[in-house]
Amino acid sequence: MNARATIGVLALQGAFDAHVQHLSALDADVRLVKSANDLHEVNGLVIPGGESTTMSNLLVASGLGKTLSKKIDDGFPVFGTCAGMIMMAQSIIDGRPDQIVLNAMDIEVRRNGYGRQNDSFEQDIDIESFDVPFHALFIRAPIIEKLGDDVEVLSTVNGHPVLVRQGTALASSFHPELVPDLRVHEIFISIVYESNSSQVR
Amino acid sequence: MLKGGVIMDVVTPGQAKIAEDAGACAVMALERVPADIRKDGGVARMSDPDMIEGIKAAVTIPVMAKARIGHFVEAQILQALGVDFIDESEVLTPADEAHHIDKYKFTTPFVCGATNLGEALRRISEGAALIRSKGEAGTGNIVEAVRHLRSILGDIKKIGAADSAELFEWAKRLQAPLSLVQEIAETGKLPVPLFCAGGLATPADAALAMQLGAETVFVGSGIFKSDNPAARAKAIVEATTHYTDAKILAKVSAGLGAPMTGIGMDEINQRYADRGW
Repeated sequence: MNARATIGVLALQGAFDAHVQHLSALDADVRLVKSANDLHEVNGLVIPGGESTTMSNLLVASGLGKTLSKKIDDGFPVFGTCAGMIMMAQSIIDGRPDQIVLNAMDIEVRRNGYGRQNDSFEQDIDIESFDVPFHALFIRAPIIEKLGDDVEVLSTVNGHPVLVRQGTALASSFHPELVPDLRVHEIFISIVYESNSSQVR
Repeated sequence: MLKGGVIMDVVTPGQAKIAEDAGACAVMALERVPADIRKDGGVARMSDPDMIEGIKAAVTIPVMAKARIGHFVEAQILQALGVDFIDESEVLTPADEAHHIDKYKFTTPFVCGATNLGEALRRISEGAALIRSKGEAGTGNIVEAVRHLRSILGDIKKIGAADSAELFEWAKRLQAPLSLVQEIAETGKLPVPLFCAGGLATPADAALAMQLGAETVFVGSGIFKSDNPAARAKAIVEATTHYTDAKILAKVSAGLGAPMTGIGMDEINQRYADRGW
């Protein structure tokens, strides 16, 4: 059996409720994270969709940014969706110059890469190890422009990676929390449980 | 992706930058803030496309713009301009006294105001993707926003406790589609996000709206009609995130300079919230 672990959801701004519902449906222990203290109580963190510029400001103001960066450097599991993926990148194109980069993954991401709200789209995508396609919603989604050799691509749309993993970091440019399908969240839960049990040993 | 955030009214690209710097999750581009519309009088219309383009170019966050109630051509123009959301707004002078815009004819999502649950459900049945409680724009007075939020959320609670036969009566009373009333009875919430607008002026106002159950707040005149817009905007963003933490609320509320003066409800002769049907 896996070691029991608590999964945090960054609750500064954005679609964090939907992530909480998905993780709870998978029987995970979930906790909202708004401060550095909250972060010490969890074994992994979901960074939701929202506005990355807004979340970046709030990460700085709450002092949470520094703590999170440090934990990520030590292998703390993180899962970013849409804006969350932008924040996890090593560098951001079309962001704001003062925007925080958490550098959780060796990727370069273009903010609003597919355009504005009206260019949002949905599509069934194939994901590695999934038997049936996943219905993915792309809302003002970012595009991964460059990625390092250590980044594993789990799904692509028109040649662009849309679900990627590097070690204990997972990121999607779409919103798995906004469809009833729980499979992408299952991947992250197993990453957290594995990471937690290896640390317990 | 606007949830848990602050949407700010801006009238220039410079203000839009200040809003983005402060952490706004979107801006509302308009020619005059509601407080000035109230003061100046006359007919308030959709903004000049040049001004909307200027604001779109200035920021990377979503840009909303207002069309008059029922003015579907203004909405067509806003969609052609590529704004991210269209607000069919009572703050502008209504163009149609019987019909709202058929929002299903557009691909751009709409936000619409409501003072009560019936109005909210009528807007949703017309295709609104987001509902905001109306409050009373341009007053700096939150009393109407609180009234509208409590009314909408209070009725949702009552519907949750109603039996299936009573839902028919609810639909009749609210003048709303039965299917939406039944959906609320099942889920306990609106089928679309519920935001709060109209009269918010302080970090405490934003936190009050959030504690009452709003998912995001609009701040219109409250920011750029105050002494120190940049600091106030940032404080309201932090208050919206940490809305249950009174210590943080105390900290961010300090030293912001004077808020907009504001006006009492008995001092105004035109209630914008009464516009819309």
